[in-house]
Amino acid sequence: MAELKEARDAARYHIAPEGKTVLNVRRLNLFYGKKQALFGVDLDVYKGEVLALIGPSGCGKSTFLRTLNRLNDLIDGVRIEGEVLWHGENIYGEGQDLIEIRKRIGMVFQRPNPFPLSIYDNIAYGPRIHGIKDRKRLDEIVERSLTQAALWDEVKDRLHASALGLSGGQQQRLVIARVLAVEPEIVLMDEPTSALDPISTSRIEELIGMLKKRYTIVIVTHNMQQAARISDRTAFFLNGYLIEVAPTPVLFQTPQKKETEDYITGRFG
Amino acid sequence: MSLPATRSPELKTNPSHMKFEKLRGTFGYSLTILSVFIILLAVISIYIFVFSKGLSTFFVDKLHLWDFLSGTEWNPTRSEEAGGPVFGVFAFIYGSFVVTFLAAAIAAPIGIGSAIFMTEIAPKWGRKLLQPVVELLVGIPSVVYGFTGLTLLVPFIREHIGGLGFSLLAGVIVLSIMILPTITSISVDTLLTVSPEIKAGSYALGATRWQTIWRLIMRASAPGFVTAVIFGMARAFGEALAVQMVIGNSKRMPTSLLDPGSTITSVITMNMGNTVPGTLENNVLWSLALILLLMSTVFIFAVRLIGQRGRLMS
Ligand SMILES: Nc1ncnc2c1ncn2[C@@H]1O[C@H](COP(=O)(O)OP(=O)(O)OP(=O)(O)O)[C@@H](O)[C@H]1O
Ligand SMILES: [Mg+2]
Repeated sequence: MAELKEARDAARYHIAPEGKTVLNVRRLNLFYGKKQALFGVDLDVYKGEVLALIGPSGCGKSTFLRTLNRLNDLIDGVRIEGEVLWHGENIYGEGQDLIEIRKRIGMVFQRPNPFPLSIYDNIAYGPRIHGIKDRKRLDEIVERSLTQAALWDEVKDRLHASALGLSGGQQQRLVIARVLAVEPEIVLMDEPTSALDPISTSRIEELIGMLKKRYTIVIVTHNMQQAARISDRTAFFLNGYLIEVAPTPVLFQTPQKKETEDYITGRFG
Repeated sequence: MSLPATRSPELKTNPSHMKFEKLRGTFGYSLTILSVFIILLAVISIYIFVFSKGLSTFFVDKLHLWDFLSGTEWNPTRSEEAGGPVFGVFAFIYGSFVVTFLAAAIAAPIGIGSAIFMTEIAPKWGRKLLQPVVELLVGIPSVVYGFTGLTLLVPFIREHIGGLGFSLLAGVIVLSIMILPTITSISVDTLLTVSPEIKAGSYALGATRWQTIWRLIMRASAPGFVTAVIFGMARAFGEALAVQMVIGNSKRMPTSLLDPGSTITSVITMNMGNTVPGTLENNVLWSLALILLLMSTVFIFAVRLIGQRGRLMS
């Protein structure tokens, strides 16, 4: 119980053990044109954790996730206030290297989005754009990434076949491998299993369990059981506000806010 | 013909209306079948007709196929002492291919480049500005292209580059402008099929816009670009009027781009009015038409094949 309380306090007051946070989001507001989608979000991401983001549709989970690797920059008319500190430096600050940010903070999307290239070229795409040309090294990276994504055995005999011939679940693992190939520190996942069947879903969940040994993972999910199964902490969003963040068992067993309780007991959303 | 939809609830239960509906269905069905039949009939008749006419040069008039294809001398009025009329069409085939390939070589990079500009670089104003321009270019009749080429291009070549002005080069330039909109618009359609999700995937890996365009969008669109260029080439190969107006219509084998020449199509249009049906001279033109028909068949099959392979990829 003492442990539980400590964890809850840490979460509530964003007290991270020294040197253990990789991202600190501070007073983050985001506007799509005039419409505000995120309101003063404060949230820390700990090194090596799986942080789940839950909340009803349209509450801003994807929007929030995309602020963490500056992918919202691609959308016209987006304005952002506040800070996202990555190892203490604001990624929205002046002179920040966007390429380095996106390379080290990777992203997996809701629908598998393999490139219409071969399996090999999909994985080698990232390393190649970052300047790796040596065939041997690329071979190594491809094998390592696919192995880490638990896909190597299934595709090692057809690396040069089109990635579009893979099943949906395989495609999603391919996309994860493609992200791992550029050696990220943090992997953002936006409902990575919502387009997949239950078996593929559990394989991805297993994979996430393995990946957390090396990577920090922030995952959006619609599925509260999934959040409960795979995450260390869960953050609950509602209407663009971060309502509550706590260690996952704490949040689900003893939510502090009424909104959270309503949501997890299925009263709305 | 059609009844207002709002009245259908009562009418639907009315048996005579049901019967009418059924009849109308049968009628529509027959009509579509008939249309398909007419199209098939037209295509088959054209093939049969061109084949029978085109082949009679060899089977009735006993011209040697090889002499015909590889001969470089064309002289329908050569005297009997000199050996009689001679029909070597190699110079025209050569002219057609040279003009087509060079026009495609010029128009492909420009067309694909502007397609990328319109879809990727300046999708807002680029498309607004260029889309109408491209559509306009498609709609201009070929005689206008030819006339403009004749008035502006031919004297320009004569004065600034050399030769008579009437030349393969003039044909190449006119054709490249004519096929540019074809290549551009098919390339634009291809580029628009590259999904935003895929592009986002590339940016999320840290790729720059140029890397995304070069390494992903261009590669994903390559089969579509090939299709675009083949369509352009098909158009160039079959274009007669505009080419005929600027190419010089010389029957001799051109030795440089500044020489006048002929293409298969320009020979047909130049000579068809002056020959009597059933004569060798007329049949030879049909043989040339047969070559055109075969070439366009090849183009269509190439496009189909690439389309199929593209589908396998996606
Ligand atoms: N490109 C955009 N332009 C304008 N508004 C947007 C855009 N993307 C999202 N929004 C709005 O921002 C709000 C948050 O959307 P977001 O996609 O982040 O929600 P979400 O929590 O991920 O929802 P879901 O669970 O359905 O994926 C919504 O009201 C949405 O309509
Ligand atoms: Mg979302």
